[in-house]
Amino acid sequence: MLGFFIQRVFQAVIVVVVMSILVFLGVYAIGNPIDVMIDPAATQQIRDTLIRQYGFDRPLWEQYFVFVGNVLQGDFGQSFVYRVPVLDLIFSRLPATFELALGAMLIASVIGIPLGIWAGYRPRAFSSKAIMALSILGFSLPTFWVGLLLVMTFAVQLHWLPSGGRGPTSDILGIPLSFVTPAGWSYIILPAFNLALFNLGLLIRLARAGTLEAMSSDYVRFARAQGLKESKVVGLHVLKNIAIPIVTVFGLEFGSTLAFAVVTETIFNWPGVGKLIIDSIMVLDRPVMVAYLILVVLLFVIINLVVDLLYGVLDPRIRARRAA
Amino acid sequence: MSTIGDTKVDDIKAETWASRLGDFWRDFAESKVAVVSLLVIAAIIFVAIFAPLLSPQDPYDLARLDLFDSRLRPGTVGSGGYVHVLGTDAAGRDLLSAIFYGLRISLMIGLLAGLLALVIGMTIGLVAAYRGGRVEALIMRVVDLQLSMPAILLALVLTAMLGQGLWQLVTALVVAQYAYFARTIHGSASAERDKDYIEAAIATPLPAHIILLRHLLPNSLPPLIVVATVQVASAIALEATLSFLGLGLPLTQPSLGALIANGFQYLLSGRFWISVYPGIALVITIVSINLVADQVRHVLNPRRGQ
Repeated sequence: MLGFFIQRVFQAVIVVVVMSILVFLGVYAIGNPIDVMIDPAATQQIRDTLIRQYGFDRPLWEQYFVFVGNVLQGDFGQSFVYRVPVLDLIFSRLPATFELALGAMLIASVIGIPLGIWAGYRPRAFSSKAIMALSILGFSLPTFWVGLLLVMTFAVQLHWLPSGGRGPTSDILGIPLSFVTPAGWSYIILPAFNLALFNLGLLIRLARAGTLEAMSSDYVRFARAQGLKESKVVGLHVLKNIAIPIVTVFGLEFGSTLAFAVVTETIFNWPGVGKLIIDSIMVLDRPVMVAYLILVVLLFVIINLVVDLLYGVLDPRIRARRAA
Repeated sequence: MSTIGDTKVDDIKAETWASRLGDFWRDFAESKVAVVSLLVIAAIIFVAIFAPLLSPQDPYDLARLDLFDSRLRPGTVGSGGYVHVLGTDAAGRDLLSAIFYGLRISLMIGLLAGLLALVIGMTIGLVAAYRGGRVEALIMRVVDLQLSMPAILLALVLTAMLGQGLWQLVTALVVAQYAYFARTIHGSASAERDKDYIEAAIATPLPAHIILLRHLLPNSLPPLIVVATVQVASAIALEATLSFLGLGLPLTQPSLGALIANGFQYLLSGRFWISVYPGIALVITIVSINLVADQVRHVLNPRRGQ
């Protein structure tokens, strides 16, 4: 087990190192950062000083090692545009993105799981077929297009909800959050629903498949034979059976939801990390891009590592096969 | 396991391609929705190919665009003397023409990226399954890692790095998608690899590439058809998303995504048609491809009918 553990962690570290090189090289290759940072009217002398100050005159590999050294000390450099440390910038935007992603996950489960259970409980009913059609739409409609329709319908036509922005926030433990006030709710509900659609489709399918399987199992038959009420059968036995796969996928999907937030945040002008990265790409704000990408790689590698190790703990066969 | 894999080699030879296609079509046509979707796709491809003949205006010819015609409501007659059925956009483009031409670009990018990703992913997956051992372990580790990240994120990062342009965009889409093909063909090819006929072929002095192409590939192919169809749709959706985010092709030749993005700012002032109609064209395309793929998956599923 220890060998398996060490091997996995080692692999994860290699992945992070390789990706950091790729990201650094890739981001370096686009545009000329000097043009972005320095006033075109500046004299050659000022340009030279700034180029030396930021280290752009040194060889690429040297810049990389300086960069890695700084990163290991938690210093991702300064944003060219905002002139503040990149890490501070990203962390200041994180609460908005996390709140949006959590809201989306919440909406997806509150709507998706009951619908999926119903579709599995009555697979032949018309309502169940309508639910499955809905889940296909959730999968295949592009997020940005649905977002657009939501803005058009609820903000432009009906004037029920604001078309974008985050609205008023209240601090809880020093973190600004929207869901505390009703006004904040009106701002978060549309983007959160937009972001929820993909997971909603996914959860409907998962819950339906699990319910179908559970309904034909012996323990459900015995529970019914015992004279348990249908609500008890579904609420107790079926729900327990589908909980594990749903929780697993949920954990895995959280990273993707954060990534998809890029699109939703752009449409709804939500001031999160996704909006920040799109804006940074547009103006070639190199340090922000590098830091964001490396944090994302780190996030996904950690999620994968944890899932991998958990599977290893739960199933000795995986341990044996993968170690071979 | 695949039906083809379980059928005896003699049977495969006895059945002609025509009769197998006939069987496939009969099963496919069981779903009316799928048949209609297929017709819709055919119509879309027709429109895309013959866009210059069908459009009332060449939307790329900037000299012909008149700013007096900008943002006309659907059904208005413009300075060209004909009715703009779907209205015009901010640059005075006839939206119907722009959608026809946009479909062209979106389809071309989707097919190109899908095809390239298919070839690259297929090669990688086949080689991994055939070689086994360390090569397989390494390749599939990379593929798995990539699959754990959302395609949109990879494509976003790559377009940001590579810059704007057709080939940069296609490259980004291919890198974001090849892993799906590699994963799928690796699964079916590993199962085929252990069967006797491949073992027998390896025992003969046949060179590896013949075994790969003539024996392993054809028998591992069916599951790939579904993935290929779905991936064309998702390439189109990805391209639209990237264009919407401003990372797609330059605006002189707008794809559907770029058209939608273009109209987004006017949406808030109630000029809905600039965004909505290209969006409807995009959604119809994506949904019909997905519905066809769904039925193909259903037909090819070996457990069907049990």
